[in-house]
Amino acid sequence: MPETDFDAVVVGSGCAGAVAAYELARAGKSALVIERGNFAGAKNMTGGRVYSHSLKKVFPNFEQEAPLERKITHERMAFMDPASQTAVDFTSPELSEEGKDSYAVLRAPFDQWLAGKAEDAGAEYIYGIAVEELLKDESGKVVGVRAGEDEITAEVVILAEGCNTVLAERCLGNPRPKPSQMAVGIKQVFELPAGVIEDRFLLPEGEGAAMLFVGDCTHGNVGGGFLYTNKDSISLGLVATVSTAADGANETPVYQMLEDFKHHPAVAPIIRGAKLVEHSGHMVPEGGHDMVPRYVFDGCLVAGESAGLCMNMGYQVRGMDFAIASGQMAGQAAVKALDAGDTSAAGLASYKQAMEDSFVIKDLRTFCKWPHVMEGWSSMFADYPVMAKEVMNALFSVDGKPQKPLMKRMMPIVRKRGLIKLAKEVRKAVKSL
Amino acid sequence: MSKVGKITVNVDGFLALDKYEVDEESAHIELAEDDGSEGYAEEFLKLVRVCPAALYKIDEDGKRSFDYAGCLECGTCRIACEGTIVEKWDNPRPTMGVEYRYG
Repeated sequence: MPETDFDAVVVGSGCAGAVAAYELARAGKSALVIERGNFAGAKNMTGGRVYSHSLKKVFPNFEQEAPLERKITHERMAFMDPASQTAVDFTSPELSEEGKDSYAVLRAPFDQWLAGKAEDAGAEYIYGIAVEELLKDESGKVVGVRAGEDEITAEVVILAEGCNTVLAERCLGNPRPKPSQMAVGIKQVFELPAGVIEDRFLLPEGEGAAMLFVGDCTHGNVGGGFLYTNKDSISLGLVATVSTAADGANETPVYQMLEDFKHHPAVAPIIRGAKLVEHSGHMVPEGGHDMVPRYVFDGCLVAGESAGLCMNMGYQVRGMDFAIASGQMAGQAAVKALDAGDTSAAGLASYKQAMEDSFVIKDLRTFCKWPHVMEGWSSMFADYPVMAKEVMNALFSVDGKPQKPLMKRMMPIVRKRGLIKLAKEVRKAVKSL
Repeated sequence: MSKVGKITVNVDGFLALDKYEVDEESAHIELAEDDGSEGYAEEFLKLVRVCPAALYKIDEDGKRSFDYAGCLECGTCRIACEGTIVEKWDNPRPTMGVEYRYG
C-alpha cells in the first residue's frame, strides 16, 4: 500500500465522528478529524436529549466529565388543540437508574467536550473547513478527502457529516432522503434561572423534564413539539415532516407554527419572562429502517445521522445514542481493518456485522413500520387532541344542570368518530410499535 | 394555486440573536431563475413553508425574494427542492455561516 497522510480521516465532529476518532486514536492510529464548524458543535443542534447507555460504554465517567444540562426524571406527553392540552405526566426512579438515564444537552458545549476527548486521545483536528469531496482511486475506493485546496489521503475515511448528506449522495451515490423521510426541526433557546425552571416544572434541584406535544403545535400536520429543560435555559421547538409541511394543504410555515406554539395557552406560561437567546434549525431523519442507506464502502464507513440512524417514535426520540454507538463500531471496525491491512469494503465489513448485531439496526428494524403508520395517521395530529379535550371536558366540567351518567357523556364523543375506526387505527399503531 | 396564511412573526429579529460570519462574496445556495411560471411559484411556496429561517419570502405585492445570509444550514430546502428550483446547495466556504452558541 502507498503511504497515506493519515490512517483515518473523519469527516465531522458530532457524536459519531468524535467517538470514531476517539476509538481510532485510542488504538494508536493516526486520525484527522475535519470539522466544518469553527469548533465542534458550531453547526449542530439537537432537541435534545441523549439516552446515556451508549455514551457510558465509551466514556464510563461521562456523568462527572460531560457538560450535561439536566438528568431527565420527568416525562410528559401532551395532546393539544388550539386552546386545550391533555397531558400524561410521568416520573419514576427508574428513569434515573444507571443505564436507563437520559440527559438534556446543548450541542455547542457537548460536542466540544466530545472533540476534546478525541483530541486528548491523540486525534488531530482541523476546524472551520468543509470537506468538499471524497477522493477515489481508479477502482473507486475512497482514498482520502479534498477540503479547499488540500487533498488529504487516508487508508479509511469515516463519513459523519450529519443528516444533510451532501457528500454521501454526491461521492458515494447514496440516495437523497425523500421529503417524506425527513423532518425539519426548528428550535429556540430561552434563558431562565435554574430555580425558576425547577419551580415551573416541579423538579428536584438539578433534575430535568422532557415534554413532547402532538396536535396543534404543527397545526395538525405530521410532527410534534418538544421541550427540554437545560441548566438555566429551555429548549423549545417542533419538528414537521418536510413533505407534509411543504404541501399546498398546509398554509402555515414552520416558523409561524413555532410562534403559534409559543403563544398556546399551555406553553406561553412556561417561557413567561424568559429571554430568547438563540434561534436554530436542523433536519431529523425519521424514515426509520427503510432509509438506512449503504454504510460500508471500499475505504469508507458512514456513521450517525449520515446513515439515517434516528428514530422518532412520537413518544420517544432517539438519535444521539445511535450516533455514539455507530461511531464506536465504525472506529473499532476501522482499527480492525487497519490492523489487517485491508480497508476494502470486505475488510471493513465487521462494521456492518456489529451494527446488525446491536440495538441500532435491531431497534430500527423492529419499528420499521411505524414511520409509515405515523405519516398516514392524520387523526393523531388533528382530531385525537380534540377528542381528548372533549372527553376531559365531559369528565371535569360542572355547570349545575343535572348530570348524565359518565358513560352517556363519554360514548357520543367516541361514537361520532366511529368506534371501529378508532379501534382499527389504534390496533394498527400498536402493532407497528 | 396554494398559498401561505398570515405571518405574524418577524424571524429576522430572531436571526439577529444568532452569530454569523456572512460570506458576502459567494452564495452557497442558488435558485433557478424565476420564470414567473406557476410551477416555479408552487416550488417557491414549498420553501416558504419549510425554511426555519424564513429566508424565502413573498412580499405583499407577491414579489418573491431569497437571501442566504441568515441560513441555518439545515439543508431542508435542498431536501424539498433540489432538482427543481434549488440549483446549488453547498456548505458555506471556510469559517463562514452560522455559529451556534447553544445548539
